[in-house]
Formats: sequence, C-alpha cells, structure tokens
Amino acid sequence: MQLTVWTYEGPPHVGAMRIATAMRDVHYVLHAPQGDTYADLLFTMIERLPRRPPVTYTTFQARDLGSDTADLFQRAAAEAYERFKPKAMLVGASCTAELIQDDPGGLTRALHLPIPVVALELPSYQKKENWGAAETFYQIVRTMATPQAPAPGFKRPAREPGTQPSCNILGPTALGFRHRDDVRAVREILEQLGLAINVIAPLGASPADLARLGEADFNVVLYPEIAHQAAQWLQRTFDQPSIKSIPLGLHATREFIEEVARVAGVDPAPALQGTPSHAGWYSHSVDSTYLTGKRVYVFGDATHAIAAARIAAKELGFTVVGLGTYSREFARDVRAAAASYGIEALITDDYLEVEAQVAELQPELMLGTQMERHIAKRLGIPCAVISAPVHVQDYPARYSPQMGFEGANVLFDTWVHPLMMGLEEHLLTMFRGDFEFHDAAPPSHLGTTAAKPQALPPAQPLSQPQHVQPGATAAAGGAAPRSVWSPDAEKELGKIPFFVRGKARRNTERFAADRSVELITVETLYDAKAHYSR
Amino acid sequence: MSLESTAAPVSCAPVTIAGAARVTTERGQREVFCGLTGIIWLHRKIQDAFFLVVGSRTCAHLIQSAAGVMIFAEPRFATAIIDERDLAGLADANVELDRVVTQLLTRRPDIKLLFLVGSCPSEVIKLDLSRAALRLSGRFSPQVRVLNYSGSGIETTFTQGEDACLASLVPSLEAESPAPVAAPVHGPAQAQGRAQAQSAGNLLIVGALADVVEDQIRLLLADLGIARVDFFPPRRSTEMAQVGPHTRFLLAQPFLADTARALEARGAKHLAAPFPLGAEGTLAWLQAAASAYHIEDGEFRRATQPAYERARRSLARYRDQLAGKRVFFFPDSQLEVPLARFLAQEMGMVLVEVGTPFLHRGHLAAELSLLPEGTSVVEGQHVENQLDRCLAAQPDLVVCGLGLANPLEARGLTTKWSIELVFTPIQGFNQAADLAELFARPLVRRTRLVA
Repeated sequence: MQLTVWTYEGPPHVGAMRIATAMRDVHYVLHAPQGDTYADLLFTMIERLPRRPPVTYTTFQARDLGSDTADLFQRAAAEAYERFKPKAMLVGASCTAELIQDDPGGLTRALHLPIPVVALELPSYQKKENWGAAETFYQIVRTMATPQAPAPGFKRPAREPGTQPSCNILGPTALGFRHRDDVRAVREILEQLGLAINVIAPLGASPADLARLGEADFNVVLYPEIAHQAAQWLQRTFDQPSIKSIPLGLHATREFIEEVARVAGVDPAPALQGTPSHAGWYSHSVDSTYLTGKRVYVFGDATHAIAAARIAAKELGFTVVGLGTYSREFARDVRAAAASYGIEALITDDYLEVEAQVAELQPELMLGTQMERHIAKRLGIPCAVISAPVHVQDYPARYSPQMGFEGANVLFDTWVHPLMMGLEEHLLTMFRGDFEFHDAAPPSHLGTTAAKPQALPPAQPLSQPQHVQPGATAAAGGAAPRSVWSPDAEKELGKIPFFVRGKARRNTERFAADRSVELITVETLYDAKAHYSR
Repeated sequence: MSLESTAAPVSCAPVTIAGAARVTTERGQREVFCGLTGIIWLHRKIQDAFFLVVGSRTCAHLIQSAAGVMIFAEPRFATAIIDERDLAGLADANVELDRVVTQLLTRRPDIKLLFLVGSCPSEVIKLDLSRAALRLSGRFSPQVRVLNYSGSGIETTFTQGEDACLASLVPSLEAESPAPVAAPVHGPAQAQGRAQAQSAGNLLIVGALADVVEDQIRLLLADLGIARVDFFPPRRSTEMAQVGPHTRFLLAQPFLADTARALEARGAKHLAAPFPLGAEGTLAWLQAAASAYHIEDGEFRRATQPAYERARRSLARYRDQLAGKRVFFFPDSQLEVPLARFLAQEMGMVLVEVGTPFLHRGHLAAELSLLPEGTSVVEGQHVENQLDRCLAAQPDLVVCGLGLANPLEARGLTTKWSIELVFTPIQGFNQAADLAELFARPLVRRTRLVA
C-alpha cells in the first residue's frame, strides 16, 4: 500500500484511452465499475475535445456482481459494435474488473465480430498510464500490421533511386503535452527535407493506416514513453530504423535534422537553413547575461526532463541543480543525464519527495509538471511547465510547439518569462528598502498575481527519497549543535535578495556548524559567502 | 400541461406514477461519478477531518481530476493505493493500512477525525474497513476518531458518498440532553410560541451546505423562534449535534436516504418537505419546520415574508429569460427532481426529460407532486439511448455532467454543467436568483456570441 496525495500518472487503462481517443474508427470497451467514466472528463474538459472519447464502460454495480458481469460485458461489447461500427476494437478491464477476472478478450472473441479485436492486459496494480498507452499502441500496431509482415529475417532493400523517402511519425496521443503542435512542427521539418509522411500514429490514424506502417523507410519516434515499444517491433519486423534524436531545443533539433537526413539519404541543408531561430540569438544577446548560472530544478517525464536539462545547461547557460522523473521505465536514461551535470537523479512518483528536495535546493527556477507548479507556488519559486500531467492551460489556443526551431523559441519565452527581468533584478539587489520595490513585490511584468513565498508547512516527506542529494543530509543532520544568529547578522541576511536568502541562511548555518561557531555574526555570514562563492 | 409532444418515449420500460410524474427506469452505461467524488466538498466542509481512500490508482486519479482541473491546495484527502503485494497476500493489507494511517497521522497532527473510505477494489477484495476503523480508533483515540464508509462506485453514485459519510457519523452522535431553560425572548407577544419551540427539542438541518447558506438559515430559524438548530455535518468534528427522540430533522439535500434512516433509528423525526431551492421551495421547507414547532401562521409570515418577496422579485428577470424554454436533465446528483420543480414551477420552463440516478419516492414525494402533470422522470441511465432522445428532442438547455457538456455544445446544444449545482450555494431565499442565473447564463452566452 502506498500513501498518495497527488499522482503524476493515471492508471494504465487511461493510457489505453489516450490511444483510442487519438485514433479514428477505434472503439474501446472497458469493463469498469460505475464512476470510472470520470476519465471522459480528462478529454472533454482538460483537452476540450468536442467529442466523447470512443469508450463504452460496463459501469457495473453491486447488484451486477451478484448476477453475471461477464454477460454484462458481452452485451456492452455487442451493443458498442452495433452502434459505433468501429474498424477495430480494444477490450479490457479497469482495476476493479481486473479483480473479478471476467476475461474481456475471450468474451469478445465469442461474439465473432467481423473486425480485429485487441484484448488488452494492463495490470492496474503494477503499471501506470504511460505504460498502458505504450502497451496499447504496441498491441494495436502489432494486430493491424502483422498481416503485412514479411518473412522473419527480412532485410529492407535500398530505396530505388528517384523515389521519395518516407517515414512514419509515432507517439502523439490524445491528452498529450503539446503533441498536436509538435506534430505540425516536426512534419514541417520532414517535408522541408523532402520526405513523404507515410502515417502519423496514433493521433489521427485509423486501423487501416496502422496496417500500412511497414511501407515507410523509417520511423520518427517523438515520445519514447508512448511509442518506443511499437517502434522496436517495427524495427524487428519490417527492418525499419528509428530516429533516436528528439527535436527538443536548438541543438537537438539540428541533431534530429542531421540524423533524419543521414537515415533518409537526403541533404539536411534545406531544414537547417529553413527556419531562423530567435532563441539562439536572444540567448547570446547581452541582456541575457543575467540568466547565467541561474539554478534550475527539472522534473517531468523522462523525455522532456532530459531535454529540458540539456537546453537549460547548454542553450540558456543555467546551472542544473536537480533532475528527476516519474517515468521509472526510463530511469536509466535520466540517471545518465543527471550524472553529466554532476548530480544524482530523483526517480519517484511521490510529489512530496520532489517538494522536499526543491525546498532543500532552493532553485531559482523550476521546470516541471503541474505538480511542480504547485510546489513552486508554495515556495515562491518561478516555474514553467515542461511536461505532462496536463492541465487545461497546457492546451493553449495558439500554435505553441515544444519541438523544432519554433519550439525552441516557445521554450525560451516560456522559461524566461517567469524570472525577474535583468535590470529589475539588479535594482532590487541595489536598493532593497524601496517601499514599492521590495522582496515581497512580484516581478513587475507579472502583475499582482505572482504568489508571495510561503513557508513550507511542518510536513515531513512521507517516505525517504530513493536518492538523497550528497550535500542534503549534512544540512539536515540533527546532531550538529544549532548556531544562533546575532541581530546584526539577521539584519544583514535581510539585505540579501529573497530568492537566494534561504540558501544563504542554510549555507551560513552549515558553515557555522562545521566550525562549531555558536553565534553567527555579520563576519560569519561573509566568511560563509566567501567559502561557498562560486 | 401536456408533455407528450416534447418527451421522447423511453422504449420498452414500464411506467409507474409518482406524484405528477411518469417514472421509467432504464439500465445501461451510467455516465456518473462514484461516491468518492463527495470528498471534494466534504473535506472542505468538515475542517478537521481527513479522508483516506483505500483504493487503486484510479481512485486517486479520479479525485484529482473530478473537478475537471486539479485542485491545488494542501488537500485533506489522500489515497492508500493497493498494490500487487497486497493482492498477492505478500503483505497483510491490514498491517499495511495501519502503517499508512500512522504515517499520515504523523504528518498531519491537526487531524481529529479520519474517515477510511472504501472503494470498488477494497469492496471486491473484501477488506473490512469497519474493523480497521475500530482497531485504529482504539490505537489513536482520544486524539483521533477513525470511522469508515464506502464511496465505491459499485455501492454509491456521486452524492450518495455524502450520504454514506454522514450515515457513518450518526451512531457516534451524542444522545440529546434535556432542553435548556427557554432563552430570553424579544417580546411578550411571541413568548409563548417561542417557549414552546424551545422545549420541542433541537432541529437538525441535514446535508452539507455552503457556510453562507447555513448562516442565513440559522438567522431565519432563530427569527422564527427555533433557536436550537444544529447543522449536520458541522464545520468541525468537535461540534457534532446531539440526537434523540425529541430531535426533528429537515433534509437540506435530496440524496440522504441512509442518513435519514440512521437518524430515525436514533429516534429523530423527519419533517417531510420540498427542498429549499427557489423562493417557493425554501418557503415550503421552512414551513415544515414552523409547523413542527407550532409556530403560528402570522408569526411565520412576519419572519419569512420580506425574504420571500425579495427572492420572488429577484427571480422575475430570470423568469423572462427562462419561461417557455425546454430543458433536459441527465442524471447526476439526485438534485434533478427538485431543480426541475423549481424551473417548471417558478421559472415556467418546460421539462422534456428529468433524468436522475435514483428516485427516493419518500423524500421526494412533495417535489414529485409539484411537478407538471405527466413529467417524464427517468431513473437510472442508458447514456447512449438518452443521448439519442436528447438529440432528437433538441431542448433549449441540457443539464448534464462535464463528460457530455462539451460534446453536446459541439453539436449545437446549450448546456449547463451539473456539478456546479452541487458546488455552488443555491439553497435559500437569497440564493434563489443565483440558482436561476446558473441556468440563464448559458442561454445568454449563446445569444451574445456571434455564430
């Protein structure tokens, strides 16, 4: 049993719904108790889709458990087929139906429907949403594409000279973080390179489209959390290579273009020259100097977290002080990325652990999910959202991709906007006593809505973090005698800008504790500052 | 008024008559919340209570997403997520639950009342939460009281979660103490009636209401001379009402079947009434209390007339906007029948179909008799058939859940999302116009937006 306040991911059948809802002509019959239809709201309210997800729920109740829930499922599946006439059907169980073991797959096969039926086995007490989406996408791809599969050991012949190279775009789903806009951005790049897009899946694809996946020369996997498993199967079955680069950020977009060009055997120049980016120049311009070394904390799904850390470090000149993910399936990649910044990754799905680490590290900027936005609000730290879980605000009306050159521009704006502007930061540092322009005043361009820093409640993390930051335990160590601040030192501390004050206080206390200094004076404060200065 | 022309018939379902309504029952996919959703308002209502759902990741995800967007405050609810080890018997679920509760209470020492809330999976694996609650109460009392109820979808629909929660509290309510000496009264003319009201035992208002509504009702009842008024649930778990054979109770919400039964088992007497929605509903509801406490008609009119008249005046402009408009209710909170009565009786709207998840014929008797003759009430749901009927009828306004609202808007219908009716102060005289405005706003909006 795990105590959970907020969750980063829903159950695996919600992942399956994201695939079904993304596609055309697919219907999902879900054995589930009354109430599980709440999941429809995710799509109609958060993503604001103008249609219901293509899902039929059995919505069984106590009285059904006493009779025949298997019969109820079978009738629901038969009715759903008659009403919606899908070209393929997904069937499965939610967490409660999994316990009553009615075998939706067998029950549906017994109906002899004239369409492919994919029986999903999604262990709800073990796995989560992204896993469910990946498994569902893999299963439906396999079901639809297998009839077209060549003999085992097939080697893809070299493309006929003069034919246009083609690729699939895999991974975008319903309820994805900017998937709709990313697809448009990436599609533009691929078309600049002269490539034909064979199939985009699952977003907008029909079962018949999935049957044609093998016709492409290679696959572009935008979101490995969703499409890695399916892409691996396509590689084995159709000898289709996958593009490894993910075009998040300027550098990664260039790498993506070069990798695609290499695999497709085309010239990368049209795409590389095609779209001038403002983000690169803005980051080099002198007004961005104030961004140098800003301490940033990154948390999200693996793909977005790794990319965000890289952009933060290499394209904005920030210092990555924390990096983590809730995607356990990709923990190894995140750990490797974190190691390159000299830090240890936090792999957890407990947002309280993330909160504890953020409170300890006191970053100047958070790049996270909606949960981290909440944490940042409580701690008074500027924050930008980089990853699912999604919120209605993550579906902006305007075109706002994360990927490609335009995506890099969007990221630059989104991440820099929550920060204090450079000149404002300098003035605040110089003139701390101004009655209108003080620590508690929000950045002037953010109006009055920016939250004041709030004290963290005396709540303890619910469980020990798996990976404690090397330096984190020392400060929290209860054994060391606590030093006392002299009034002068306390006053001097108040002159330090609020966004680094917490860190200054902790550093000074650690410095004093290490040296058994009982009374912290102004001198101790500046000794500590000199000791820890970068 | 004949509704034969507007109400599409529900196929092959037997029709029964309840009051003025023709009731059909249908079964199929139910597009409704489970009882866990009630935690969203209950945890804000009882401010020192914590709700621990013992369930799955789905339960946690539901509560997080139920309001359409995530609610980001330090929540007084959480989920103990059952995992594979608990199911495989590798871990003793009760030992695990004790560990999680201990962890929780260490983190939140301010909690005085902890509800263990059963879910679909905990019911199916037959995890006995009543025994767990007893055991944990023994361990943590007197600092924390631990109770349990089921909010599972197999047992409860949406607002029935509140019913189950309140019913679980009833056995622990203290027995009523003898009536206190009559409080000082304002004038000699009213002294006798007031003294009588004082000695008649406490009046319990049952069902979670917004604080502002509670305050207004308390003032009105005090003005009537009913001073011993308790609200259930209270704002703090330490302010629980007393209950006994002299207690009378008024239901403020129409979905409290089990709570009413539990109160009756303690000897309390239910005062039958319509629900306090709209000017007429509120007046009739207060009248039920006044009659039970032998308050004279003249005195009742004196105390209620100004607020009643003001409510009627404030409703007039919305009546102009709503009268004659055809409305279709999908089932959601069990508030549908009282709301439909308000819209028909006070706003002059035409009821195409009134869907409701359950119909408590006893508690809704007064409401059902006030509906226009022949109103089609549909108990239960087959969402696809109901959508067919709705699209065929093309009502002017559809009252439905958030899973259906945008899809119906996209098909050109105007909708009012029903969960707002549960989260908004709508009861009482002063809120009557707010209630009407909730229905008028989507219609006004459609006329404002250029097609």
